[in-house]
Amino acid sequence: MNKIDDISGTEYKYVGSRPVRPDGLDKVTGKAQFGADLYAPGMLFAKILRSPHAHARILSIDTGKAEALDGVKAVLTSTDLQPGEGADDLEDDMDHVLENVMARGKALYDGHAVAAVAATSASIARKALKLIDVEYEVLPHVTDIEKAIAPDAPVIREDMYTQDMDPKPDKPSNIARRMEIGHGDIEAGFEKADFIFERRFRTEAAHQGYIEPHACLADYRSDGHAEIWCCTQGHFMVRSACAALLGMELSKLRVTASEIGGGFGGKTTVFIEPVALALSRKCGRPVKLVMDRDEVFRASGPTPSSVVDVKIGANKDGVITAGFAELWFQGGAFPGSVIDLGTMCAFACYDLENVKAIGWDVVVNRPKSAAYRAPGAPMAAFAVESGLDDLAERIGIDPVDFRLKNAAEEGSTAAFGPKFRRIGLKETLEAAKASDHYNSPLGPNQGRGIACGFWFNFGGTTSASIKIELDGTAMVTVGTPDIGGSRASMCLMAAETLGIPYENVRCVIADTSLLPYSATTEGSRTTHSSGMATVYASENAIKVMCGRAAKIWGIPEDAVDWKDGHARPSGANAGEFEPMSLADIAKKAHETGGAIAGHCEFEAGKVGQSFGTHIADAEIDPETGFTKIVRYTVIQDAGRAIHPSYVEGQYQGGAVQGIGWALNEEYIYGEDGRLQNAGFLDYRMPVCSDVPMIETEIVEVPNAGHPFGVRGVGETPIVPPLGAIGNALSHAIGTRMDTIPMSPPRVLEAVSGG
Amino acid sequence: MSKIHVNATVNGDAVEYLCEPDESLLDSLRDRLGLTGSKEGCGTGDCGACSVVLDGRLVCSCLVLGAEADGRAIETIEGLADGDELHPLQQKFLEHAALQCGICTPGFLVAAKALLDKNPDPDETEIRYWLAGNLCRCTGYDKIVRAVMDTAEEMRR
Repeated sequence: MNKIDDISGTEYKYVGSRPVRPDGLDKVTGKAQFGADLYAPGMLFAKILRSPHAHARILSIDTGKAEALDGVKAVLTSTDLQPGEGADDLEDDMDHVLENVMARGKALYDGHAVAAVAATSASIARKALKLIDVEYEVLPHVTDIEKAIAPDAPVIREDMYTQDMDPKPDKPSNIARRMEIGHGDIEAGFEKADFIFERRFRTEAAHQGYIEPHACLADYRSDGHAEIWCCTQGHFMVRSACAALLGMELSKLRVTASEIGGGFGGKTTVFIEPVALALSRKCGRPVKLVMDRDEVFRASGPTPSSVVDVKIGANKDGVITAGFAELWFQGGAFPGSVIDLGTMCAFACYDLENVKAIGWDVVVNRPKSAAYRAPGAPMAAFAVESGLDDLAERIGIDPVDFRLKNAAEEGSTAAFGPKFRRIGLKETLEAAKASDHYNSPLGPNQGRGIACGFWFNFGGTTSASIKIELDGTAMVTVGTPDIGGSRASMCLMAAETLGIPYENVRCVIADTSLLPYSATTEGSRTTHSSGMATVYASENAIKVMCGRAAKIWGIPEDAVDWKDGHARPSGANAGEFEPMSLADIAKKAHETGGAIAGHCEFEAGKVGQSFGTHIADAEIDPETGFTKIVRYTVIQDAGRAIHPSYVEGQYQGGAVQGIGWALNEEYIYGEDGRLQNAGFLDYRMPVCSDVPMIETEIVEVPNAGHPFGVRGVGETPIVPPLGAIGNALSHAIGTRMDTIPMSPPRVLEAVSGG
Repeated sequence: MSKIHVNATVNGDAVEYLCEPDESLLDSLRDRLGLTGSKEGCGTGDCGACSVVLDGRLVCSCLVLGAEADGRAIETIEGLADGDELHPLQQKFLEHAALQCGICTPGFLVAAKALLDKNPDPDETEIRYWLAGNLCRCTGYDKIVRAVMDTAEEMRR
């Protein structure tokens, strides 16, 4: 393992440069093939019938008339989707995934899939949906957290007793689980506080808002083999899920990840793939299934909504003496919201002597929540960062200094247990303090807010291969779908390791039949984990090439070194030979032992935790409550930016998603439990004219666990915005904002003292 | 219901296709002509991923019927480059890393070209408002706006 001192400040030839990405040309010419872009001979079009009720027992489904319609080839209900003999073996929450993919007995939310049709055209499939008769018994519903945990709430799952409670509850409720983390004695800590902040915060659910709806093409062959083409963040995950839900052997299912039109966590599970595959199995034809946008909103996986109570104490010197948070997240009608992650992230930025956080996992009649960029962290950070802002003001200390005084650093014990290794939070705060933005004046009706954010970063099972072609170029294959430029990063790391030009390396995402298992593109793990696998695979190819050079020279393998793309004798004792380039060795491969390749299959660890600090300037129109972000800066530790343009892109994209969530985006449910804004017109994501340029500063405190020092960067950028903008707005209007989104009506209410 | 016979030009080439009366131009382009560069992000004219130019006017092809294209000229992302030579916008999008996932990119390029055809010297605000009909969820728009400004400057030289 590299030590930080070994890689800090190292200058690289390719790593850190900004070349054009290998998949770029296809994406600017319209040639890139996304989920909905594949067509197969004899292909059918599928559509899904969805529940119009938030909560209803399904008494009967009559598919007869639909099946009789000309052009309809298969109609599917949950009885066709049986895991078979492996049913008892469904791991993790696959039983919930099965239930979410198609309602079994009860529709649990507005939009829950009830049946599906495959027909020779999309219009016939749509007509057939209208011919399916579903008899519902409508049940009382609840879509709001606080109502769901009230004693008189309708219980959604009659068999669900809150887990990890002592004593065990004697009746079912809508609370799936309780969790608690922390250390020290918070009561003693609050005793020592000169100032205490205490308040309840709420955030509404947001959607990832990827522009590409879920899409797949499934083809089940008569011999039991099948193929799926789909847009996903993890095609190995799709294979596991579909095989489990349909009772298939893994090796009989080949899944290819198409180009993916955004995911942000929302494509880390399955919704339509098992349905398309089961339809294809039923009628023996390829089946294409593409969600409409309203289905994406109603029936994919938005974030939880949240309620967070926070209490923070600090003394007059600006030291936080205790932090406490209690969080309730609803994960839709299924247990397993990201309450764990949110609870763990709440105080992660701070080195606290006394800290405690309690999390409650709540179910309501909404779609099953999925990951969204640092899942759970933004809601928790909103509450804590707002509290810190209030305390700094009352103590009379600069909010950056207050955070610096309490910031986590190497050796700090995180509230969730472990000690941090070398991290860069303080560096981002110092950079914020020194920035032009932080020291610039504000205009009328403007306020400035600061907030910090943390994300763990994941590792996990990862595979990569690299083959050295006869002409001296190299081809990397990885198993993590490229969601924002990771193929460019893989090529840069391989080029750096091999010592050949970036242009001579290509990278493709291998399908599930071509590479061993690779975990999903999630958790900011791709550049870290697939990057490490690519480097190690390249090093293994180098070992092979050194062996070939040794054979040609007739010297022992260990007498050959690799430097700058050439095999060289390791010293005078090894003998006098002209260095051989990678191309020279590659050319002779067939005479020296066959094709040359390197592989790596491993469990990636040693992730570099990621921290950032944001500065937001908000301007409020006191008459309308409309808020405009007039200046915004993201400062984040990337460890090492492999391709700085795409690192900046992550910072900017995450910040703007955060701006949207902070100011506008929300799931709005009616009294009838139905989603009222299932489209881009009413679910208002930021457009180009809503936002300013997003200033970025890449701090580089290398992660010693990665050959080039990489920390994943994708998720942290969405953690601080809710807090930073909340703080900016609160300063602009002189009232603490506590509800997300801070839409014009809410701001007006706050301004008027409502 | 019988299909409708349409004659049109796409990127200068004569095309003909049969479409359903209620079929969008986007579906005709994708399903009938195999031109999948135009994307469906919403089907309701809110995201701009399906942007094409119809008789010189920028439209969402999901809001136009395939049958309405009869006798008209359609320009799509597939016609933006001149053979192997990329349009300066395409080149600048690559250089500025103005795309991440790339699903919105065809729509942005078609819309940005329509802007530069009308106004070769747009300021940042004009670019931002012109492109407000195109949603991008990955980039936060920063690098897209810079790429368009840089292209305009280069094309004016």
